Amino acid sequence: MVNNQSNSSNPRLDYEYRRKKNAEGMRIQVATFTLMIFFTVVSFVAVGANFSKWFVIPFILLLAVVQVGFQLYYFMHMSEKGHEAPSMFFWSAITVAFVTVLAFMTIIWW
Amino acid sequence: MSTIAQKRGFASTVWDYLTTVDHKKIAILYLIAGGFFFLLGGIEAMLIRIQLAVPNNDFVSAGFFNELLTMHGTTMIFLAAMPLLLGFMNAIMPLQIGARDVAFPFINALGFWLFFFGGLFLNLSWFLGGAPDAGWTSYASLSLASEGHGIDFYALGLQISGFGTLMGGINFLVTIINMRAPGMTYMRMPLFTWTTFVASALILFAFPPLTVSIFMLMFDRLFGANFFNVAAGGNTIIWEHFFWIFGHPEVYILILPAFGIFSEIFSTFSRKRLFGYSSMVFATVLIGFLGFMVWAHHMFTVGLGPVANAIFAVATMAIAVPTGIKIFNWLLTMWGGSIQFTVPMIYAVAFIPSFVAGGVTGIMQGAAPADYQYHDTYFIVAHFHYVIVGGVVLALLAGTHFYWPKMFGTMLSEKIGKFTFFFFFVGFHLTFFIQHFLGLMGMPRRVWTFLPGQGLDTGNLVSSIGAAFMFVGIVSLLVNIVITSVKNEKVGNDPWGDGRTLEWAIASPPPFYNFKQLPLVRGLDPYWLEKMEGKQTLTPAEPIGDIHMPNGSFVPFVISLGLFIAAFGAMYQIDDKAWAIPVLIGGLVITFGAMAYRSIKDDHGFHIHKEDLIDENDDKGVKA
Repeated sequence: MVNNQSNSSNPRLDYEYRRKKNAEGMRIQVATFTLMIFFTVVSFVAVGANFSKWFVIPFILLLAVVQVGFQLYYFMHMSEKGHEAPSMFFWSAITVAFVTVLAFMTIIWW
Repeated sequence: MSTIAQKRGFASTVWDYLTTVDHKKIAILYLIAGGFFFLLGGIEAMLIRIQLAVPNNDFVSAGFFNELLTMHGTTMIFLAAMPLLLGFMNAIMPLQIGARDVAFPFINALGFWLFFFGGLFLNLSWFLGGAPDAGWTSYASLSLASEGHGIDFYALGLQISGFGTLMGGINFLVTIINMRAPGMTYMRMPLFTWTTFVASALILFAFPPLTVSIFMLMFDRLFGANFFNVAAGGNTIIWEHFFWIFGHPEVYILILPAFGIFSEIFSTFSRKRLFGYSSMVFATVLIGFLGFMVWAHHMFTVGLGPVANAIFAVATMAIAVPTGIKIFNWLLTMWGGSIQFTVPMIYAVAFIPSFVAGGVTGIMQGAAPADYQYHDTYFIVAHFHYVIVGGVVLALLAGTHFYWPKMFGTMLSEKIGKFTFFFFFVGFHLTFFIQHFLGLMGMPRRVWTFLPGQGLDTGNLVSSIGAAFMFVGIVSLLVNIVITSVKNEKVGNDPWGDGRTLEWAIASPPPFYNFKQLPLVRGLDPYWLEKMEGKQTLTPAEPIGDIHMPNGSFVPFVISLGLFIAAFGAMYQIDDKAWAIPVLIGGLVITFGAMAYRSIKDDHGFHIHKEDLIDENDDKGVKA
């Protein structure tokens, strides 16, 4: 998005650069998409292979965290320039939510 | 589209305001609505102080007293202080960053109307069987036991107005991130814009917990849920945590913009740039961050355990550091400055000792073991009135005087302004200083009456006399506003003579498109820089061109009205009223229908053409 903007009306300007950039972006997207499919297969296998639930649950949660990262940083382009503000707010929100959950897990007595 | 003011009928002016998406007009709406609720909250405060003026008084009944104190707190926080600040943010922040409007003008209008209808709904409780009576914190076990519909009004009304505030906060964030004029880097933004930015981020993170907890309360009371019902396996403490995870950032949402207003006033009337600008920005952000780590200091006596209490006590005291940085920066801004004691500056100077007093008692309560002594006494009441009245309300009064010419094009009388200040300030200290000692002598907060001969008589009488002084002060402000509006003597761009930031470079009030050409910002305090180089106007960053403007819309009003109607249906369905469910559904249909209409119908706005801009008087906007 940000990388494709140009303040010139000449459509050929930076054409080669943008072409290369887009091709690279596509390659990364396909690679992460393949990895995500692979993760899904692995988690099904992990459940199907009857491992202990003390292994399977944390393992799938870990894969889920990695998937969320892929989703945000590659599919939603948070890794690219011009996304500093959204990513700052994103991480702040995660911090606040984490502190809240931590407090609810630790200092509320039932 | 001509911008020349035309004589218009009353009805067309009303229609204009009902449909406006202009940030300056929305600001005026916020000011009127917030001012109205401020007066309501003030009247409630006066009734409280009359009841407590003498021992064994029965001026109001105990039940009515509970409603008064609940509505006083709720109204002042949610419906007066915050909307008034949002009003100033709307009026000034886009001008300070050199923008033509906020990022989402439609959402801005929607935010106002949601707040307005939420506030209206809450206050209708007075006429429909009794107001909420469980305190502004509405702790769950008490509020679940409350009879009648009072707490339902609280839950539904605050839910609706909370949506509006959340929208306002997101809108300001997007505006500040995306719509700064060329050259307006983050570290050149005026302090009021910075505090608006951090306060909006706090709104973004703090309002969802409130929304969640009010939803739970609403479901507990209206739809048979048991989130807080201990007998059915719920947990009443969850409400307290959620409420204060919202509630503590909320007080910073109030005080940070107040700090911003005072920062502008200090540097303007000291004719100096703000001392330690970058440390001010740092302190603002740090206060915002720490604001989320301290909520449990409102709950020291709940029984969190010594470890949790100690952690939250230390975190609380840490906030004193950035706040101290700010206080010293303000003092050093005045140091060696060429100070003019205008009315806003008098408020600013008076704010420093008042707010520091409130801060010091805050540290006292932050010490967890000592807090067991202060908890739920008048000491707490004195503390939070010192920070909120001594900080936020003084800032609102100062901001009213300071920005009045920019918003309305006329100057409030300095003479009456000093009269207002004297009565309000003396009354404020008279009312609340002695409450510290009433609290230490054991007078509990939210108490209906007290017995004679326990050492509480004189203190309470003094406190009530102080409240009357504050009342006189506010009335004189209203008189001032009426006199100024009737005289209607127009002033120029920079009526204080020492304006530093972009808003003072354009007409008062600004034309509806704000800047004819977006200005080029060459440093902190851009208008001051230009003035120091002998120029009268800002350097433009673009040639004169067509300006794209949004069309007005009645849809925000309709969306909010739908929720207002639906709230009545949701509330009365527990009484098995046959009309309640249809009203609930009907209201939601209106809301979602209006939203669908907005989504389907394209509205591309209109352009002000270049030729019209060039034709106009050249004292509006930026010159080439």
